[in-house]
Amino acid sequence: MFRDRAALTFMLLAPFLLTIGMGFVTGRFSGGSSGLSDIPVIIVNLDHEQLGDALADTFSSQELADLMEPSASSDPAAARRLIDEDQAAAVVIIPEGFTRSIIPAEGTLFDPNYVEPEPVKIEVYANPSRPTSAGVVKAIVDEFVSRLEEGRTSGMTSITQLTLSGLLDPQQVESEARQLFDNVGQSESPAITLKKNQEGAAAVEFDILAYMAPGMALMFLMYTVSYGGRSILAERSQGTLPRLLISPTSTSQVLGGKVLGIFFMGLAQVGILILASSIFFGVQWGDAIGLVVLILAAVFGATGWGMLITALSRTPGQVANVGSAIMLIFGILGGSFINLEQMPAAIRIFSKITPNAWGLDGFTTLALGGTLPSLMEPIAALLIMGALLFGIAVFVFNRNGIMQK
Amino acid sequence: MSAILDVQNLVKKYGDFTAVNGITFDIKEGEVFSLLGPNGAGKTTTLSMLSTLYIPTSGDATIGGHSITKNPMAVKQVIGVVPQELALYEDLTARENLIFWGQMYGLSGKPLSSRVDEVLEQIGLTDKAKNRVRTYSGGMKRRVNIGVGLLHKPRLLFMDEPTVGIDPQSRRAILDTVKDLNQQGMTVLYTTHYMEEAQELSDRVGIIDHGELIALGTQKELTQQVGHTETLILHIAESDDPEALANSLKDLHDVLEANVTDHEVSIITPDAEDILASVVSKANERGIKIRSIDIREPNLEAVFLHLTGRALRD
Repeated sequence: MFRDRAALTFMLLAPFLLTIGMGFVTGRFSGGSSGLSDIPVIIVNLDHEQLGDALADTFSSQELADLMEPSASSDPAAARRLIDEDQAAAVVIIPEGFTRSIIPAEGTLFDPNYVEPEPVKIEVYANPSRPTSAGVVKAIVDEFVSRLEEGRTSGMTSITQLTLSGLLDPQQVESEARQLFDNVGQSESPAITLKKNQEGAAAVEFDILAYMAPGMALMFLMYTVSYGGRSILAERSQGTLPRLLISPTSTSQVLGGKVLGIFFMGLAQVGILILASSIFFGVQWGDAIGLVVLILAAVFGATGWGMLITALSRTPGQVANVGSAIMLIFGILGGSFINLEQMPAAIRIFSKITPNAWGLDGFTTLALGGTLPSLMEPIAALLIMGALLFGIAVFVFNRNGIMQK
Repeated sequence: MSAILDVQNLVKKYGDFTAVNGITFDIKEGEVFSLLGPNGAGKTTTLSMLSTLYIPTSGDATIGGHSITKNPMAVKQVIGVVPQELALYEDLTARENLIFWGQMYGLSGKPLSSRVDEVLEQIGLTDKAKNRVRTYSGGMKRRVNIGVGLLHKPRLLFMDEPTVGIDPQSRRAILDTVKDLNQQGMTVLYTTHYMEEAQELSDRVGIIDHGELIALGTQKELTQQVGHTETLILHIAESDDPEALANSLKDLHDVLEANVTDHEVSIITPDAEDILASVVSKANERGIKIRSIDIREPNLEAVFLHLTGRALRD
C-alpha cells in the first residue's frame, strides 16, 4: 500500500484540502462565524443579585448575541425537563446565595460574628445529544467563574498589601473592598469571545477548524481502514495469504499483523493531519494526553469497521466500493460535514454507530478545554465498538473461510 | 530409507462433495514422489492438507514425525511449498520477495542475505534480482515462486504443478531444478497431470483420480499392471464416430480394450503390429477415415487409461 502513491495522496492530502475548503466556506480564514449559532440555553437565576445577574446578562450580551439564544426560567426542574426533551442545549442554574457566597453583605466584612457562607455551585445541566453547544455554554460559565475568582483574589491581595503598608486606613478597607467586589461582576472586557483572543484576557475560543479537521480526518480514516482491510482479500486473490498461512506463522499472527498494519496506518494518517493542521492553521487540539488516547481509541473503533467490511466482502473491489460508501455515509451521519446538533434526534441516535460521531464528540470536548477524564464516554464507546466489530469480523472470517483452514 | 511423509486415510469433504477420499501413501527420505492425475483429481487438495492449509475431514499424516493435525507449526518448519498459482508480491523485486518470505521463516540478518543470494543463483535470477517481479516473464515468476519455497532449506518440498502455463524452455529449467534439488538430498512431492514429467522425475508415482489413489508404485511396477501390452492409438476424422469404431474393434482377437478420447481410439493389445491390418480393415468397412496411427510402449498414460478408461487430459 505504501507504494500506492495515489492511495497515499488520497488518504493524506484529501482530508487536508477538504478541511481548508470547509474552512474557507465557513469563514474560518476570513474571520467569519464559528458555524455554531443561536444555541438555545435556559438561565435559571435564583440568585437575583449582583453576580447572578451579571452571569445571566453575559448570555444576552451583545458579544454573544449571534451565538446564544438565552431564555429565562425560574423553575430548575421544569428547565431540566426541557433539556431531557431536547428543547435546549443546556440549563445554567445560578443558585440562591451565589453573590453572597462571594461578596459578604454590607457591614459584615469585619464583623467578628460573621460566618462565611457555604460555597454554592452553579449547575450546568447539559444536553448529552448536543455536546458541542453544551460545551460552549459550560465554557462560558467556567470562564465567568474563573474571572470572578481571579478578580477577587487579586483585589484582596492588593487591599491587604495597601493596608499592611499603611496606605489604606482600616476604616476605608470595607468600602474599598466593597467597591472592588462590585467591579468584579462588571468587567469591561467581554467574558467570552469567539474566534479571537482579547489581549490580556484568557478568552474561551472555539475554533471551527478544531471541529472540521477531525471531522475530515475521521471520515478519511474510514477510507484508510477499509483500504487496509482490502489488502487481506487482495493477498488472498494473489495467493500470498495462503502462502503466509503455510509459513510458520499462526493464523492469529497473520490476522493480527494485518490489523496492526491497518491500525498504524490509520494512526499515521490522523496523526499527520493533526500535526499539519496545528502547524499550518494553528488549530488548538487541547489536552495532549487526552488527544493521544482519543486518537488511539478512534482509530481502534474505525479499524473494527474496516475489518468487518473486509469480512463481509468477497473481493478487494467490493471492499473498495463498500468502504467508499460507508466513508461518505458515516461522514454525513457522524457529523463530519454538518454538526450533528443540527440534525434530527433520530439521526443523532443512529450516529452513535459511527466512530466519527464519538470521535468528534471527544475532539470537541478537547477543543473546549476538556481533559482525559472528560473523554471517558467517547473513548469507552470507541473501544467497545472496535472490540465488538473485531469479534464479529473474526467470526465472519471463519465462517466464510477467509482465514480458516 | 525412513519415511519422511506418512499419509493415513486422508479425507477432505466439502458438504456432500468428497475431494479426497481416504488416500494412504508414504514418501521415503530422498525420493521424488509424483502424484499424477487429471485436473480436479484432488492433487492440490491433498497438498493443501499436507501443507497444513486445509484441515482434513478425517485421517492424518505425519511429516518428519509431526502430525499435520496435532502439530502443524512443527510441520511447517519441515516443508517448503511451491504453490500452483504464483504467490508473490509483484510490486517488490525478486530479492525483496525472497527477503520477506525468508523473514517469515525466521531468517534474518547476514544468514538471510547470503541465503537469498544462494537461492537467486540457484534459480538463475541473480542478474535480475533488483527488477520488480511485475516486469518478469511467466517463467521467471515461476522460478521466483520456486525460490521462495527453497529459502529455509526444507527437508520436504511440495511442488504443485509448477510447470503449468509456461514455455518449454522454462519448463525444462524447472524440471532440471527439481532433479538438482533431489541430487542435493531434498525429498520432493511433485504433483502433475503431465505423464512425461512424472516419468522423468519420479522414483515412485501415485495415480490419483476422483480423490482416490488408484495406483502406487515405481514406474515399472505400475506399467506391469497393464501387462506386456502396447497401445495402438488411431486419430480419426472429426466427422466420424469413434465410439462405433471402438465397439466394432472390441470383437477383434487380441484387442484387450478399446477406449475413446475425443477423436482418438486407444486400443490395448499384446502386439499392435499384429492387429494393425485388421483395425484398418474395420475402419474401412465403416467408412471411417484414419488420419494417423501411433504405437506406444507401456507407460503411465497407458496405466491411467487401463485403470480409468480415460486419458489423463480428460
